[in-house]
Amino acid sequence: MWLLQQADAVAVLPEIVLAILAMALLMFGVFRKDDASDSVTIGALLSLGLVAVLVIWGGEGRETAFKGAFIVDTFARVMKVLALFGSAVAIALSVNFMKRDGSQRFEYPILILLATIGMMMMISANNLISLYMGLELQSLSLYVLAAINRDSARASEAGLKYFVLGALSSGMLLYGSSLVYGFTGSTAFPQIAEALSTQGVGVGIIFGLVFVIAGLAFKISAVPFHMWTPDVYEGAPTPVTAFFAAAPKVAAAALFVRTMVSPFGNITPDWQQIVIFVSIASMALGAFAAIGQNNIKRLLAYSSIGNMGYALVGLAAGTKEGVQGVVVYMMIYLIMTLGTFACVLAMRRRGHMVEQISDLAGLARNNKGLAFVFAMLMFSLAGIPPLAGFFAKYFVFLAAVQAGLYTLAIIGVVTSVVGAFYYLRIVKIIYFDEPAETFDTMDAEVRLVAYASGAFILLFVFFANPLIELAAQAAQSLY
Amino acid sequence: MEIGLSHYLTVAAILFTIGIFGIFLNRKNVIVILMSIELILLAVNINLVAFSVALNDLVGQVFALLVLTVAAGEAAIGLAILVTYFRNRGSIAVEDINLMKG
Repeated sequence: MWLLQQADAVAVLPEIVLAILAMALLMFGVFRKDDASDSVTIGALLSLGLVAVLVIWGGEGRETAFKGAFIVDTFARVMKVLALFGSAVAIALSVNFMKRDGSQRFEYPILILLATIGMMMMISANNLISLYMGLELQSLSLYVLAAINRDSARASEAGLKYFVLGALSSGMLLYGSSLVYGFTGSTAFPQIAEALSTQGVGVGIIFGLVFVIAGLAFKISAVPFHMWTPDVYEGAPTPVTAFFAAAPKVAAAALFVRTMVSPFGNITPDWQQIVIFVSIASMALGAFAAIGQNNIKRLLAYSSIGNMGYALVGLAAGTKEGVQGVVVYMMIYLIMTLGTFACVLAMRRRGHMVEQISDLAGLARNNKGLAFVFAMLMFSLAGIPPLAGFFAKYFVFLAAVQAGLYTLAIIGVVTSVVGAFYYLRIVKIIYFDEPAETFDTMDAEVRLVAYASGAFILLFVFFANPLIELAAQAAQSLY
Repeated sequence: MEIGLSHYLTVAAILFTIGIFGIFLNRKNVIVILMSIELILLAVNINLVAFSVALNDLVGQVFALLVLTVAAGEAAIGLAILVTYFRNRGSIAVEDINLMKG
């Protein structure tokens, strides 16, 4: 018994450490007399780094805790490191923005830390109860983050919309969970899988499955549950939007994959058709709805909807290669998104943020470096080889073709060509339009993130192999 | 007539549907939306407890207790966001939530 508890503590050590550090930083921020936001921000970054180290060197192979409710395998480790990285970069991107805005608060990094604990729980969830707990810990922190700028009408409206639709989706997910629990007799993923293979699939389980998928699709903002995305992305402060687009998407995609593959792996054809529909609808909406947008944050919202559709192509394949494709896709998507939002954060004139696409006009003549990075990121999002975005799409489409889903792959390629239109329009505006006024000087951390992600997508070909190999191991550990 | 599992499931399904419709058909007040969300979560709780008794398995009741606590936290955060929204706009009518299109 004692030994078992020791093993439990080892498997969840990163989460426990992060939770204690977040609470300690909260106490520090509350009891400090003067403004604590700078020191709390540094503390939060150090905590995320420490936890990433614990995740990477914490152990090997598959470990479970709390009687199997919490699982740590290679897949979980890879996704957790990605989520931690995304959160850390989002905190770093916010510092100077919030200072200039006058909205810097020490609660901001702490809320990100709490959301990150939720994401780590989601990634490691192996039981419907721990799934719900992680999801809610993450979502409740995100609702508050969306409305963190409480003097802004737009931010609080974004927070309100996000809260209402998020709570609705949690409700649907829960209703689905309750049906799955009732008709399989267990909330643990392995037991659900076992019950499904022995007793087969009934109407109740299909209903439950549909509700669970609806709830999960909301969290990754896939069509038809995408309505909140453009409004929340536009209304929330830009660093918060950068955070929303990066780490929570990785965690939710990981949760989606594990929930489909682990308990429902035996009834793949049943969920496969739903995922195919969601994926096609997301890709199509992401490609067509973004064309008419003038606000860059709204455009990126539709772009992220489309990107989630591509990631789901890998899941729809329902094979090991497909999961590998999803992992590669989320890695590259995370870096591309953080880089793109760093570029958006650089769009600042006379101390004010500008968000219209036309504000980028002629950027190439005023700021060659930023224009080049922005153009590379747009080419990569459009999926043009040899940039990283091409490989991301290549692996998911390859998996779909290998699984015999030719229609899905063809639709994916077509929507990706349509999507290239609006990415290339931005490149055209940056390089060929009459120059507008110059932007203010970029902050050091924004420049670092933008240029580093530019370098990553440009040079991805040269270090692609170890990353793809890692994704293959991650996918292997799920099966 | 004996009240069995299917009756409980029907009640829960009706409550759940009322909750969903309450969110989408409501054109007046955001508070009604918060009430609808509570209704959805309570429908889930009825489901969980009914299944728990039918399966003779305690996990469902533990789950229901977790849902109760999370619902309380969710309501607190929702009301807090609603207060900041009211301070900025001076109204919580659903039709006024239109600063951003969509």
